[in-house]
Amino acid sequence: MKKVYDNAEAALDGVLKDGMSIAAGGFGLCGIPELLIAAIHKSGVKDLTIASNNCGVDGFGLGILLDSKQIKKMQSSYVGENAEFMRQYLSGELELEFNPQGTLAERMRAGGAGIPGFYTKTGVGTVIAEGKEVKNFDGQDYILERGIVTDLAIVKAWKADETGNLVFRKTARNFNVPAATCGKICVVEVEEIVPTGSLDPDHIHLPGIYVHRIIQGDHEKRIEQRTVRKREEA
Amino acid sequence: MAWDRNQMAARAAQELEDGMYVNLGIGIPTLVANYVGDKDITLQSENGMLGMGPFPFEGEEDPDLINAGKQTITELPRTAYFDSAQSFAMIRGGKIAAAILGAMEVAENGDLANWMIPGKLVKGMGGAMDLVAGVRRVIVVMDHTNKAGESKVLKACTLPLTGKGVVDRIITNLGVLDVVPGGLRLVECADGVTEDELRAATEATIIS
Repeated sequence: MKKVYDNAEAALDGVLKDGMSIAAGGFGLCGIPELLIAAIHKSGVKDLTIASNNCGVDGFGLGILLDSKQIKKMQSSYVGENAEFMRQYLSGELELEFNPQGTLAERMRAGGAGIPGFYTKTGVGTVIAEGKEVKNFDGQDYILERGIVTDLAIVKAWKADETGNLVFRKTARNFNVPAATCGKICVVEVEEIVPTGSLDPDHIHLPGIYVHRIIQGDHEKRIEQRTVRKREEA
Repeated sequence: MAWDRNQMAARAAQELEDGMYVNLGIGIPTLVANYVGDKDITLQSENGMLGMGPFPFEGEEDPDLINAGKQTITELPRTAYFDSAQSFAMIRGGKIAAAILGAMEVAENGDLANWMIPGKLVKGMGGAMDLVAGVRRVIVVMDHTNKAGESKVLKACTLPLTGKGVVDRIITNLGVLDVVPGGLRLVECADGVTEDELRAATEATIIS
């Protein structure tokens, strides 16, 4: 089965529909599927529910889907970098479900692994626990969290082979792995598609079984907080 | 007299022991890395890295290499990368020896509030709830009082909690307190601070 597509629009053809759920990889602007986000923006699909740790910044990443009001609901852990997000949330235009970061990652991992729910001590005794089942194991309280399965996963990796085996680079791996596994369809953008057989099978970060469609493209890879030290200090 | 930000960070660094895997929060906790000296400490960044190095030299920034505060950083010979689910598995699973975090309020029962002020901008808890629930020892570093001069070391938190009964030790500009059954125990006062001054700035019960 051919997994390689010419571009983001082609890879998303027939996949997008209003009201769908999407899991997106990335942490801040690091390792975000920027080409697929741009194609979703262009498609005009709306009422999206998006599970993503953050929601980009104003004018970049998932932020562009906020500007065009294509997002109905976000499932995130931190949204502090985005003024338009705050405006839409406070005016009631946008739903927001806060998840502790590790709970969000595990909800994706669990969903992808066929686990509909799990107990965690994260958030016990806080607003996060409200309305959730509490169960005591060995003297410690845990809350029940649900696995997430989405209609679509959009993911950014460094390299893929033609069968969808993926390699990530440095901290750009982040949410891309759990997000990829929890999508019923997983579309991946990479910096380079290499011939099958050229990746070391022992160094694959995510096997191609999770990956349905792949595109290669140029990435802006914007830096959110550029911090440096002076050479004299070294 | 009291400790400044750097002195608080230096005091917090004394909590770290050779061989520890540690997560440092944003703000004063980040400065702790400057004071670990010769100790063999591995820093975890919850976006998926163990062995976090210093900021890069100008021109060597890598957009694929950031910390949890989204700042560009560098790797070390010992560095390992992993995904977010793996990162929080090691946090939740108690593999991280200590977390040093900032706070808005801490209560005498170890409750911690550091993620939300109702009615103001809500940014989210990020990984803080997972860290305080899972890391073996939670050390808070913060100013003892707020800008209005009111104690941040309270009988009970007034803000939404990050975690319930999770704090082990509090390091402030005025001194060091431990959370123990029945209240807080004074460990030490900051340079030039008397016990009476510290007690006067503390709403929480300090058991003698």
